[in-house]
Amino acid sequence: MNQEELIINMGPQHPSTHGVLYLELKLNGEIVLDCKPHLGYLHRSIEKIAENRTYTQFIPFTDRLDYLASMNNNLGYCLAVEKLLNVEVSPRAQYIRVITAELNRVASHLVAIGTFAQDLGAYATPLFYAFRDREKIVEIFDEICGSRLTYNYMRIGGLSGDMTAGMDKSIKDFIAYERKMLVEYNELLTYNAIFLARSKNIGILPKELALNYSVTGPNLRASGVKWDLRKDEPYLLYDKFNFEVPTGIVGDAWDRFKVRLEEIAQSLRIIEQALGALPEGNPISKVNRVFRGTGESYMRTENPRGELGFYIVAEGGFNPYRCKIRSPSFSNLAVLPELIKGLNVSDTVCVLGSLDIVMGEIDR
Amino acid sequence: MIQMVAAGLSCLGFIAVSAMFLIWLERKVSAWIQNRLGPMRTGFQGALQPVADTVKLLLKEDIAPQGIDTLSWWLAPFFVTVPSVMAFVTIPFSSRWIPRDLNVGLLYICSITSVCVLGIFMAGWGSNNKYSLLGGMRSAAQIISYEVPLLLSVLIVVMETGTLSMQGIVQAQHGLWFIAKPHLALAFLIYLISATAEVNRVPFDIPEAESELVAGYHTEYSGMKFAMFFVAEYTNVFIVSAVATTLFLGGWQGPFLPGVVWFLLKTYGVISFLMWMRWTLPRLRMDQMMSFAWKVLTTLALVNLLVSGWMMVR
Repeated sequence: MNQEELIINMGPQHPSTHGVLYLELKLNGEIVLDCKPHLGYLHRSIEKIAENRTYTQFIPFTDRLDYLASMNNNLGYCLAVEKLLNVEVSPRAQYIRVITAELNRVASHLVAIGTFAQDLGAYATPLFYAFRDREKIVEIFDEICGSRLTYNYMRIGGLSGDMTAGMDKSIKDFIAYERKMLVEYNELLTYNAIFLARSKNIGILPKELALNYSVTGPNLRASGVKWDLRKDEPYLLYDKFNFEVPTGIVGDAWDRFKVRLEEIAQSLRIIEQALGALPEGNPISKVNRVFRGTGESYMRTENPRGELGFYIVAEGGFNPYRCKIRSPSFSNLAVLPELIKGLNVSDTVCVLGSLDIVMGEIDR
Repeated sequence: MIQMVAAGLSCLGFIAVSAMFLIWLERKVSAWIQNRLGPMRTGFQGALQPVADTVKLLLKEDIAPQGIDTLSWWLAPFFVTVPSVMAFVTIPFSSRWIPRDLNVGLLYICSITSVCVLGIFMAGWGSNNKYSLLGGMRSAAQIISYEVPLLLSVLIVVMETGTLSMQGIVQAQHGLWFIAKPHLALAFLIYLISATAEVNRVPFDIPEAESELVAGYHTEYSGMKFAMFFVAEYTNVFIVSAVATTLFLGGWQGPFLPGVVWFLLKTYGVISFLMWMRWTLPRLRMDQMMSFAWKVLTTLALVNLLVSGWMMVR
């Protein structure tokens, strides 16, 4: 019989490529022989735009990098510019930054968990559960800053506005609610026999490979490397809070899922502590909207998907001379072809879902 | 003659109504499971949603992609739909309501429903689409594999009753449903699992795995042809549940209420169970599912068959 390799173009329009990712799969039957990710379908030249905007004007563009974690992107960029200018940020602003960033991390991980379950064929139910919980966070953000997805909340030197009165109560309610829901996720998914069969020992990412590909975030921690910038290179107030860095053992898809679930619990702990210690004061930024900067700065922060780095070079103008963004999903995607060789199409979807990429920050 | 035509027409009407009701029920059940409301705008609790869907599908353009295998592309929807309609011939709704009580009724149903796989494979092959082809191949492998444990579990019922007639099987359960006997309860379990695989539902919806194969074998179909696949799917769900009811749950028998009510109650109970599974569980992988069929289910069914045969001879 005549045997040929089957080439399948998975994406850019496909239900489970998490955006406009285009995977060129070379198959033997259903076994993946080779995989080539093609990028660029969402390229908006955000780095170039940075050169034509003032420092403040660029903040809304960072929302659109990893659109599931806009707060964290805002934070990373503002910290980078503040490092460049040596600006002091008021304690209240710092605390609110921690609270919003961690809330956004919870929201982002919820989406990751829901879509991963969806990729495994759990028809929409876990996804809806995750979105139901995320909706509560989104409503909190709506109340705080007026937006539901692209927040544009942080400013260089502070925030765009204070937290609304009574917000701490609704955040506390959410923490109590979400702690109950985490048990439900464990019952529905984590220890489900089919879920385990589908994700255990699938797409194992060994420690060395993860480090060689500079995989970061939950994916790296699932491989057993205890590396979290919030602990190892603390920025903001993270050294003041009491939390643990969950790690996996094998580095398979299930470990990556589990690490995310545990990180939600840790984030809730951080938010609780930050709310308890929230000082009075004015968090609104006092820095001028337009300013000149000189020098260069690099700031990396722990985003839900890994290390997000902003490298800013300023040469005295109103705009940055160059702004290089190091996005975690890019490196996390780069390791995909190594992981799925020899697996079949179903596992490709599973591994891709477990890596939890967002095309917005890969293409930029 | 007139009686036959009337029976045929009422069957067709029932199939259409039942498929519509099941589509509505599935949307509502899934919504309730997922903390949603489901369709609400069309009629009371969205009861007219299937009608709106049907009208939409009827009016849609019928698109045929380039490079299709015309004959198999056109015939595939019929090969899927017609057998599932034909299977209604021997389904006993009550002691009198059965289009025709063939003396090989069970054999007839089992053979006629397995024709569907031809249609699915033709759709996958004819579409000139790699996803459809993969979906069709998966489906053929899956349905053929699960046919084995399904038939082995059905065989135990035949051994127990000594008849292939559906009415005969129902009457043999007078007083005690077959599910109450341990070896038949096991057979019921095997039947239910294999039947879920037969009708391509979660956790065995691998042929049309949305997150992997877009929509599997019917990716390219639109309009009324798609609707035929859709109706066939729900008709098949009804048939496997009706057969489960007839073989293991005492068919139309039950106290107080008329037979047809009991039959429909039991059947929709089984269907609801299938829906509950569908909206809760993740999907198995192809090779896991195949090894489950051959290594676990078939072995279990064979052992069950042997043991119950030995018990009967003794």
